[in-house]
Amino acid sequence: MALLEIRHMTHHFGGLRAVHDYNLSIEPGQVRGLIGPNGAGKTTIFNLITGIYRPSEGQILLDGAPIAGLAPYQIADRGLGRTFQDLRLWRHMTVLEHVKLAHYSKLRYGLFGAFFGTPARHREEDRITRRSMELLEMMNVAHLADQLVPNLPYGAQRRVEMARALATGPKVLFLDEPTAGMNPEELIQMMAIIRKVRQSLGLAIFLIEHRLKMVMELCDIIQTLVFGEVIAEGSPEEIQNNPAVIEAYLGKEIVE
Amino acid sequence: MEANRDKSPSHPPRGKGALRRACGRVPLLGWLLAILCAVLLEHYLGKALADLLGLRKIPVLLGVVTILKKPLLMPKTVLFVFLIYALPIGLTARLIREPANWLAERLMRMPVLIPAAVHLAILYAILHIWGDVSAYRVLTLKLTLIAVMLTLSLNVINGYMGEFSCSHPGFMALGAYATSVFTVGLFATDKIFGPALLPEALGVYLFPVALFLGGMVAALGALVIAIPSFRTRGDYLAIISLAFLFIVKSMIENLEFVGGPRGLSSQPDYASLPMVFSACALCVWIINNFVRSTIGKALNAVRDDEMAADAMTVNTRRTKMVAFMFAAFWAGVAGGLFAHVLRYVNPATFGIQKLAEVLAMVYFGGLNSVYGSIVGAVSLSMLSEALRPLEIFKWIIIPLLLILVMIFRPTGLIAFKEFDGRRLMQPRNRPDNEV
Repeated sequence: MALLEIRHMTHHFGGLRAVHDYNLSIEPGQVRGLIGPNGAGKTTIFNLITGIYRPSEGQILLDGAPIAGLAPYQIADRGLGRTFQDLRLWRHMTVLEHVKLAHYSKLRYGLFGAFFGTPARHREEDRITRRSMELLEMMNVAHLADQLVPNLPYGAQRRVEMARALATGPKVLFLDEPTAGMNPEELIQMMAIIRKVRQSLGLAIFLIEHRLKMVMELCDIIQTLVFGEVIAEGSPEEIQNNPAVIEAYLGKEIVE
Repeated sequence: MEANRDKSPSHPPRGKGALRRACGRVPLLGWLLAILCAVLLEHYLGKALADLLGLRKIPVLLGVVTILKKPLLMPKTVLFVFLIYALPIGLTARLIREPANWLAERLMRMPVLIPAAVHLAILYAILHIWGDVSAYRVLTLKLTLIAVMLTLSLNVINGYMGEFSCSHPGFMALGAYATSVFTVGLFATDKIFGPALLPEALGVYLFPVALFLGGMVAALGALVIAIPSFRTRGDYLAIISLAFLFIVKSMIENLEFVGGPRGLSSQPDYASLPMVFSACALCVWIINNFVRSTIGKALNAVRDDEMAADAMTVNTRRTKMVAFMFAAFWAGVAGGLFAHVLRYVNPATFGIQKLAEVLAMVYFGGLNSVYGSIVGAVSLSMLSEALRPLEIFKWIIIPLLLILVMIFRPTGLIAFKEFDGRRLMQPRNRPDNEV
């Protein structure tokens, strides 16, 4: 049984068929890539799996349990962490508060503790502060813990978002274009971090990416999506040499 | 309260920076003790000094009212305020700086409850002695403390959660009426509810229960709004909550058993200064605890980006509903106190005018900030009392002030600042603790 399994997922926005008969199975520790031209439906697939949209048809199983139709916070709580293409950090909160907040559903104190500042709350807050600092250290942003996020350089913001996603305790981590808008140096850092996350936490990773260099180096299996349909799936070498993929990216004449 | 207003004029002129540094080294404890000295001075010598200066009585609100009423008395009033407040506060603060720092350091080594209790006790003593001079002062103090509770609870919704709620006076009305029905029905002889059912001596002890019930009724009212309006984000809440305000008002106007538009009176005199003060302190403490916890920070996350909050395991709908009901609860408690301070309520009190007042305090003081709410509520209620002699011009000056604040500090005077009681009470003798 795969960790995350998606069978025959289809989604329509009104009359527009955004995703058609999408299948996926991710094993623990695997890194999967999803590539495709702009508007192919990559982010829609992410949003369908993480519960922002509800698929019109199909099944999504996490650890064998169906999760389609649950609210995003429930799906996140069950082990699907994600980052966003457009960052979506909270602009009035510090870096540390970001990572602490991602522990929300696993907090061991309730409203009573929040209102009256019980000792249990202080212990719990200390515990998640320590855990959050560990994650920030792993992302090399621990020294920025007390900063507000809008003050950080772009690469650091990306890493904060990654730490925040990891703090939810995911089994599968969804990265939506983790290197969008990064310079080459930041790109290399980000690749190192993704490798580190995979090795030290043993997570499965599912990523959308535009930069083929990164996908080819990191991923075990790559899917290519065009107009909501997977046209090719295989190892990086297979994808690189697949005529259908080349056609989708570069046009027909070059193949001739 | 007066610390900010009075700490500057009394020191020898050594330039602004030096003065600020000198003030910065006095711990909160020192300021409180210094103000305590001033109010004691006024309590014992104020009348004599006022006679000596030829003032008819002690200037009530730091002389502003007197000056506005009779401009000719200005020099004498200023002299009075200088001799009674400014000079003693400045001198004492300077003299007891070292011992106060030493004491503050000692206190802070104990469990945090003890220094907190000491500071609150001194603050209460100041308010009590200051209020002893006239009944008008006591009334102003009580209404100010209630305004602090209202402002802070509204800030939870409008500031921390970033929604726009207009129903706060409605919650206040619910709390006020629920509490009044409880106390008037049980402990007072009244033409609507008949003779008292329980011995009157019990009443004072059951008053907190009555307030709690009032808060719960308001929270239930909030639930009615929260269920339809928190399915999505946007302007829905503003509209629904405004409608709710009118519904509550006209509902009460049509309920004959609470007096309808004539209002409900003969509430027993339970809302004494200590009662209002403790309720206010409890409210500030609990709300501050809440907004600083990770559970409370979820409100900020929902405000800044709801989709991200959702993806980070936050149940956003529940978070919003809980916060809304929590805020309504405190508005209800404040309403209950309000009814018992005035010992009369009528539905017309809880209209748009009240809403504008509370909203102004929230936005003037600063969003997302406990300090801001306290500053906003205290300064605007004091200002509106002090400027009373100006009559209609008061409603030109206060809005003008609001416009200026909105232009120069769009989020309010002290926005997005955490209220850290522990840091506030720290000794200030080391240079790194300077403000």
